[in-house]
Amino acid sequence: MNVLLDNLSLFREGFIGTLELTGASALVAMVLGVIIAGFRVSPVPPLRIFGTLWVTLLRNTPLTLLFLVAFFVVPKVLFPDLDSFLLAVCACGFYTSAFVAEAVRSGINTVPLGQAEAARSIGMTFTQTMRMIVLPQATRTVVPPLSSIFIALTKNTAIAGAFNNVDLFNVSKTLSNDGYDIAVIFLWITLAYLIVTYAINGLFRLLEHRLEVAR
Amino acid sequence: MAEVSVTKDAAPAADELVALKNVNKHFGALHVLQDIDLTIDRGEVVVVIGPSGSGKSTLCRAINRLETVESGSITIDGKPLPQEGKELARLRADVGMVFQSFNLFAHKTVLENVMLGQVKVRKVEKAAAEEKARALLDRVGVGTQADKYPAQLSGGQQQRVAIARALAMDPKVMLFDEPTSALDPEMINEVLEVMQQLARDGMTMVVVTHEMGFARSAANRVVFMADGRIVEQATPDEFFSNPRSDRAKDFLSKILHH
Ligand SMILES: Nc1ncnc2c1ncn2[C@@H]1O[C@H](COP(=O)(O)OP(=O)(O)O)[C@@H](O)[C@H]1O
Ligand SMILES: [Mg+2]
Repeated sequence: MNVLLDNLSLFREGFIGTLELTGASALVAMVLGVIIAGFRVSPVPPLRIFGTLWVTLLRNTPLTLLFLVAFFVVPKVLFPDLDSFLLAVCACGFYTSAFVAEAVRSGINTVPLGQAEAARSIGMTFTQTMRMIVLPQATRTVVPPLSSIFIALTKNTAIAGAFNNVDLFNVSKTLSNDGYDIAVIFLWITLAYLIVTYAINGLFRLLEHRLEVAR
Repeated sequence: MAEVSVTKDAAPAADELVALKNVNKHFGALHVLQDIDLTIDRGEVVVVIGPSGSGKSTLCRAINRLETVESGSITIDGKPLPQEGKELARLRADVGMVFQSFNLFAHKTVLENVMLGQVKVRKVEKAAAEEKARALLDRVGVGTQADKYPAQLSGGQQQRVAIARALAMDPKVMLFDEPTSALDPEMINEVLEVMQQLARDGMTMVVVTHEMGFARSAANRVVFMADGRIVEQATPDEFFSNPRSDRAKDFLSKILHH
């Protein structure tokens, strides 16, 4: 009997589950990360404080703890009916957004201050300056660290598998409960994760290359 | 050239375009602007001169609030500088600024540099903005470079593009912070000529520069700063031939011997 062939549809489900968790969390992390990075360099002190708090809190909390909060505290105190996918995406997305924010902020810091000053001096607002002048020039430095961040995210989504989400990690748990050889299961699961992370790696390489050509 | 009275209260208030009253600013322990009183009339060209570190750049940057001040008031066309936000952005669009290091948007072409503010800030139609941008680029003599990126231009060309970018906003006043100090000697004149033409066209200008030729030929007034204070104000002729303060005499003797 072959673990993979016998359970192909389960594997596929797990693989797609991991992809969906990673994709959705990456989107949340990216959007939030850029906004939070903007907060951290904004001229408005309350926003700066909020940004700093967000990054400090989320970057320094173990992800498992965030999951515990998301799955046991949030439903009790705030929203009782959120499904486990949404909760997992929030936990992974918020957590990763702190890392994205720091990568974006360090990218922002590589853009000479004069660029933003020139933009402000022709009357651009802070958001316009960020969107049209600073962020486009920060992209090149932000892309390489983002690749590592999203690879880490892929692996982090495994925790969601322990919280009622069907993903690769969850599948490995199910199969080992079914009595399959755990070493063989792990081999296939690892391979599946490798496919995802390798794809991310390739995607970002491509992006880096295109940004270099654009210069 | 019209003689401009240096006495503060002589000019009618209606003609005051920029007015600084009792402005103070510190950088930590350094009192970089000390009780600055300065008014600039519409159409006036004021050259600010003084030793390095005397606060000229800070003064210039305070006028469009790239630096905040701690006390005193700064008004432009009668309106006090607003707090950070949309209001301030609107006011900044009326105050052109030219930097020592050009600061052209590195990821935009020359043409885009001059169009961006018109389109995004003034909400001008793209076609109209382009037409105006091309006209301005021609006016400063870099019309043929429109599709290049800033890094492909010489310093003198870049600075002329920067002037065009500021002019595209139809500013009420233009601030120049040592616009020729980062340029190779052979490029200084091409920039000064553009500025001289601007002065002749009646633009209100505040120019931080050590180019005495420019000060003599284009300025209505020279403001001499030292250690965060305005030490002396006079017409260029008066100032260069007969400085009153010891600080100014000392400073002039140093730069004239170069
Ligand atoms: N952002 C800043 N932080 C701290 N000190 C500053 C800053 N900008 C300027 N200074 C100091 O303030 C003084 C005046 O600077 P500046 O206005 O640039 O003089 P100038 O343009 O006349 O050479 C200098 O001593 C400078 O070191
Ligand atoms: Mg200076």
